[in-house]
Amino acid sequence: MNTLQRHRALSRIWASDSGWKRWFTTVNHTDLGRMFLAVAVLFFIIGGILAMLIRAQLASPRSAFIGPEHYNQIFTMHGTIMMFLFAIPLFEGLAVYLLPKLLGTRDLAFPRLTAFGFWCYVFGGSMMIFSLLAGMAPDSGWFMYPPLSSTIAAQGINSDFWLIGITFVEISAISAAVEICVTILRYRAVGMSLSRMPIFAWYALVTAVMILTGFPPLILGSILLELERAFDMPFFQVAAGGDALLWQHLFWLFGHPEVYIIFLPAAGAISTILPVMARTRLMGYGWIVAAAVSLGVLSFGLWVHHMFTTGIPHMGLAFFSAASTLVAVPTAVQLFAWIGTLWQGRPDMRLPMLWLLAFFATFVIGGLTGVMVAIVPFDWQAHDTYFIVAHLHYVLVGGFVFPMLAALYYWLPHFVGRKTYFNLGNTAFWLVFTGFHGTFLLLHWAGLLGMRRRIDSYAPGQGWELINLFASVSSFVMAIGFALVLIDVVVNAAVAVRGSRDPWHAGTLEWAMPTPPAPYNFASIPTVASRDPLYDTPDLPVRIARGEGYLGDCARERRETLCVDVATGAPRHITVFPGNTALPALMSAVTGLFFLGMLVKAYWLVPLSALGVICCAMVWVWSLSPKQAEGALHAGHGLALTTAAEVADPPGWWGSLFLLLADGTFFGSLLFGYAFLWTIAPNWPPPAYVEAGLWPLLCLGAGAVLTLAGARVATLSGSALEATGLLALGAGATLILARAPDPTAHAYDATIWVLMGYALVHVLIALLMTGVLSMRRLASHPAVTTTGAARIVRLWSDYAVAVALITFAAAALPGVLA
Amino acid sequence: MHPAGPAAATIATLWWVLLAGATAIFLFVAGLIVLAWRRAPGKSDERVFVVGLGLAFPLVVLAALLAYGLFIGERLLPRAGPDVVTVQAEARQWAWRFGYADAPGRVTEGVLHIPAGRPVDVAITTADVIHAFWVPRLAGKLDAVPGRVNVLRIEAGSPGRYEGLGSEYNGPGYRDHRFTVVAHDPAGWDRFLQDETP
Repeated sequence: MNTLQRHRALSRIWASDSGWKRWFTTVNHTDLGRMFLAVAVLFFIIGGILAMLIRAQLASPRSAFIGPEHYNQIFTMHGTIMMFLFAIPLFEGLAVYLLPKLLGTRDLAFPRLTAFGFWCYVFGGSMMIFSLLAGMAPDSGWFMYPPLSSTIAAQGINSDFWLIGITFVEISAISAAVEICVTILRYRAVGMSLSRMPIFAWYALVTAVMILTGFPPLILGSILLELERAFDMPFFQVAAGGDALLWQHLFWLFGHPEVYIIFLPAAGAISTILPVMARTRLMGYGWIVAAAVSLGVLSFGLWVHHMFTTGIPHMGLAFFSAASTLVAVPTAVQLFAWIGTLWQGRPDMRLPMLWLLAFFATFVIGGLTGVMVAIVPFDWQAHDTYFIVAHLHYVLVGGFVFPMLAALYYWLPHFVGRKTYFNLGNTAFWLVFTGFHGTFLLLHWAGLLGMRRRIDSYAPGQGWELINLFASVSSFVMAIGFALVLIDVVVNAAVAVRGSRDPWHAGTLEWAMPTPPAPYNFASIPTVASRDPLYDTPDLPVRIARGEGYLGDCARERRETLCVDVATGAPRHITVFPGNTALPALMSAVTGLFFLGMLVKAYWLVPLSALGVICCAMVWVWSLSPKQAEGALHAGHGLALTTAAEVADPPGWWGSLFLLLADGTFFGSLLFGYAFLWTIAPNWPPPAYVEAGLWPLLCLGAGAVLTLAGARVATLSGSALEATGLLALGAGATLILARAPDPTAHAYDATIWVLMGYALVHVLIALLMTGVLSMRRLASHPAVTTTGAARIVRLWSDYAVAVALITFAAAALPGVLA
Repeated sequence: MHPAGPAAATIATLWWVLLAGATAIFLFVAGLIVLAWRRAPGKSDERVFVVGLGLAFPLVVLAALLAYGLFIGERLLPRAGPDVVTVQAEARQWAWRFGYADAPGRVTEGVLHIPAGRPVDVAITTADVIHAFWVPRLAGKLDAVPGRVNVLRIEAGSPGRYEGLGSEYNGPGYRDHRFTVVAHDPAGWDRFLQDETP
């Protein structure tokens, strides 16, 4: 088989459908990455238009352009869109598109999940945009503080759009994060040990783990607030034992890591692009990885710095002030490693470099003002003023948008396979850069002069008129610049001449393929021996195309790639990917009905669509289950490997592990919230605690033993035992629920309901999984193909047991102590 | 940025220190970047950049800054003293109501009366959503949280009228959620306490 024949055969196997069907059935990461990026840019444009409306309103004092009702929706949606519908999905899109190519593999770990996440993002985002167009958008500010966002002050459907729409969108963040983790750990080129990974992969790994641990508190908060709004369960109402501050803790427990979830991918892009632009290699790789990891860890310890003015004791504030300043250290490590890289190379002033310089200038200022507001007394003055608005735009635009523009111009030849040809980009750069600083630099000062954020207009004579007028004019200059970037990209993508492979002379694997990339990425899986394989083996692209790597022989006529050892990158087994299917799009549409039912309070639709989701998931799992064992297969270079279906730790097991990390964080946040209410909320204890009693205890004990034991017997009767145990656990949780009949009475009762509901959901999940496994055993699938699946089920049923026991203990504990 | 009381003045000084430091650091970093183009390329020392500039430099600067900030923060806390005056501020959408420990039953709407030159503790509460109490020229801000009483220390250096703001976004009336602080000389304060219109 020669190179061209191999290309044709692989293209046929990996091709997405043609025509309009392609949009809905593709599971290819290159397609979906582009779709993610395009939709994220669309939301950026919408968010940008809202920003223009804000600046138009604030250009002059006493402006009558927009009234407060609409202005409040506009700034709430501007923040919400930019954070949730632009920044995070843009990272997801970039990672989805780039990671397999950087890592030297053919697709992401779970192609259908990529598609499912994408459609959840599109449907959830559309919900939000609908609310905006219908004039019932959320209007409580993007961090949605109750009671303002709750029924007391917001009776309309506005807040529900936020809580339900954003939770729906977060499914895409969680699924992308699971996928990114598993892909980075298991799907790489042969020989790519952890220390040889491209630096972007390290950043993406840290970011993905942060998404898995950062988003659950927000999802929990949203669910609790929606329960309060829809069913009067008083989690945040102080009179009934709730506490408005609980929301702030949960929100910022997410919100601060969020800032680093946005910054780290940008830092990954900088660490990738900067050395290439400076024609050298990255300085301090190990230090940078350590810095990224410690940023990830530290960022979870400083959420309270958003709450310096809520009346928390000064000693507590001191701790968080210290943590907040400390976080500047790993940032400085990266910054100076980059400058050191510039020093050791011969930096070249091309367009990506120009954007990187804009990043340096802007982000350093944003970082320095960040240190300022980390100092508690200064924050007491600056908090909730335009100083903060300016600071956060310096950090987010400087630390994310500018590096992403560098990334756009750097990878544009890869996306479209053309040279960047027209020089519109330089003009656009100067307009955006000067426009940005013109808008935000002086607004720091307006904030110190007492200009509060979120006011819809202001009286003249306070010394801000000129600043605001100048900011508004500059913001329009910036908008014109962004429009030019867009035009530049579209024109270049459409009419520029075809480019050569690797136009920047970079060393990473994404440039070892013809561009635009073929759907299979690599004609064979390469072996690498360094961090910049193209520098050390210049003929690698040719050898990949000639099929000299692994899996270059496509005789099995299906989508295959290699799974490697986590640490060393040695080949372990072959993964067979699913083909094109509309199932993910369908499943996310049904998931959308679930959320829609809650939104419009058509509660009959909720269980119905939940059932629909379960059916889709069953079809999904069943269609992936192999019916026969294949044994060892040729992988090239004389290597014989089994498929992932016949190993003990299939990708699904790893995916479950990371999903359980998110799930466990959710549970941990729930327990935190419970402990917070119990110890801090003013109106505790509740009128009565639940009395545990003997029957629930018996059910739980017997259920736990049976479940744990049954999951460890690899036969049909083991599954039956497990199912019986799970049913007993469910009965135990239900008995407890019966003892707290009114969840609206007190935050304690409401919390018991949520705890038990959480346990019941996990019992149900484990039951369904046990059911599928039993069906496979009934259908006599060979035992070797169900070993991995059985371990996945065990993981989830063990988790269900742990959850049932912990929730029971948590529910009973206050009563026992009292 | 026109402080009229000790707390605001301390924070204003803090700001000028921060600004000077930040400007110096920014210029230093910018200089380093410009130098990358000016110097001949060659091996640069990883230890200098990563350990020296990346680790040691910020640690020293931040430790000093943090100590300074905490010291100030401690000094600004409300502490018991012989001449401390206590007042209550209750926020709601979109108004402020003030009460006075020295004149029980006395309530003013939208105007807070305090004596000039004496430390005043404001006990801040809310009747509905979260608000914040802020008199920019006198002190920093503090939130009004449902079910809680937060105490903020303010002090006006001299008699006069100072603008106060609700500074936590609280819905459609947020823009005009304001109040006025009237600082009296001792005689005026006594007259106010005796329920005479000052």
